[in-house]
Amino acid sequence: MTRTTALDALHRSLGATMTDFAGWDMPLRYASERDEHNAVRTAAGLFDLSHMGEITVTGPQAVDLLNRALVGNIGSVGVGRARYTMICREDGGILDDLIVYRLGETEYMVVANAGNAQIVLDALTERAAGFDAEVRDDRDAYALIAVQGPNSPAIVKSVTDADLDGLKYYAGLPGTVAGVEALIARTGYTGEDGFELFVAPADAEKLWQALTEAGAEYGLVPCGLSCRDTLRLEAGMPLYGHELTTDLTPFDAGLGRVVKFEKTSHGDDFIGHDALKDAAAKAEANPPRKLVGLIAEGRRVPRAGMAVVADGQVVGEVTSGAPSPTLGKPIAIAYVDAAHAEPGTAGVGVDIRGTHEPYEVVALPFYKRQK
Amino acid sequence: MSNPQQLRYSKEHEWLSAVEDGVATVGITEHAANALGDIVFAQLPEVGDTVTAGESCGELESTKSVSDLYSPVTGEVVAANQDVVDDPALVNSAPFEGGWLFKVRVSEEPSDLLTADEYTEFSGS
Repeated sequence: MTRTTALDALHRSLGATMTDFAGWDMPLRYASERDEHNAVRTAAGLFDLSHMGEITVTGPQAVDLLNRALVGNIGSVGVGRARYTMICREDGGILDDLIVYRLGETEYMVVANAGNAQIVLDALTERAAGFDAEVRDDRDAYALIAVQGPNSPAIVKSVTDADLDGLKYYAGLPGTVAGVEALIARTGYTGEDGFELFVAPADAEKLWQALTEAGAEYGLVPCGLSCRDTLRLEAGMPLYGHELTTDLTPFDAGLGRVVKFEKTSHGDDFIGHDALKDAAAKAEANPPRKLVGLIAEGRRVPRAGMAVVADGQVVGEVTSGAPSPTLGKPIAIAYVDAAHAEPGTAGVGVDIRGTHEPYEVVALPFYKRQK
Repeated sequence: MSNPQQLRYSKEHEWLSAVEDGVATVGITEHAANALGDIVFAQLPEVGDTVTAGESCGELESTKSVSDLYSPVTGEVVAANQDVVDDPALVNSAPFEGGWLFKVRVSEEPSDLLTADEYTEFSGS
């Protein structure tokens, strides 16, 4: 049974091409995905992200539970701030990457990927045993609308009195937007400045319409999942199921920095601790495949699963690839053997349906916004 | 969208122009172009290649996927549209006109090509 968001009728009225994504019927694109991508880079885009999974963790020991269940140090997150972190298995494999918002002294909201929301909910519930904390499934309590792009502050400001200038990147505050109660977060997945607005599903349509009207003079356009993928790819951001899987530890994914062995609580016994200690030591002694960027010299597009080759040997694997609207060339993220991972390494190619197409190895990200 | 009446259509969503002096033009339909999304790379058959009805003779790559290009007829390729190779977005913006793909000297054509009305019903658009 495919699920629909509170904005489903609106997407259809806008003529969206819909696609199944993690069991949800979501807009893939409204018109041209390239135009949507460019709008987010130069003006602003409006996204329905209601498929993301919200889980609320509350109680006196909420922080202790999260420090035990996740690899990050949640104790150092101040009220109103957010943290990118991961939840791992005992063997160190990544179950999901998450954003944790601290909404109050003892209240946190964990946002999981749509495809992993149930897994994360189950794991947190199981890991909560013995803690004075409650894990609540709030997936149906929120719709999520994102405004992303350089014009997003002006657009959101025009419909709220909230202090957006005082809202830092990776922070969130409750407020009223277009007359709707919202958690206003300065987060996103596009490489641009922007906001993610968590609201009651019943308010989603009103908020979407108000933002559409406010954004008209700022070049705001509705955007689908297709351009969201090319935006995050250019920004070098990992996507679960592509760059991150249960087969990899955060150290294998080049994201060892999210693992905090020194925590304010549960520093020694968080789930995955021992395996991750080993993974960290191994990564130090014998560098694993490295996540790099590849830029095509030709026009053929690399896709996930294609082999990276050098001198006729397989030296890596593409995890994500697409034509980059900003660079005007196909790009890819790939895991590549350390020997071929240095930017500028010569002779690297991608096996595209039997032809070895030449690629330039570059450091990630492909695109960084001007601040 | 409307499918031009003077063309004939394959179930793989190619169109074929009327044959003039033995040569017909081939492209993909607007329905197919829309379904693919923004087309970013086109590998077309080369002049002199022999193409076979219903068999792959190239590929069209969009943001999200790559699709085989099939020939609706059998024959020898006499032209490939270099404008499309240089600017694949032409297939999206003008699939029945400037976005044509190749011209073929027809030696044999299948009997099951569709009329515009039949194709409209087949593709639902």
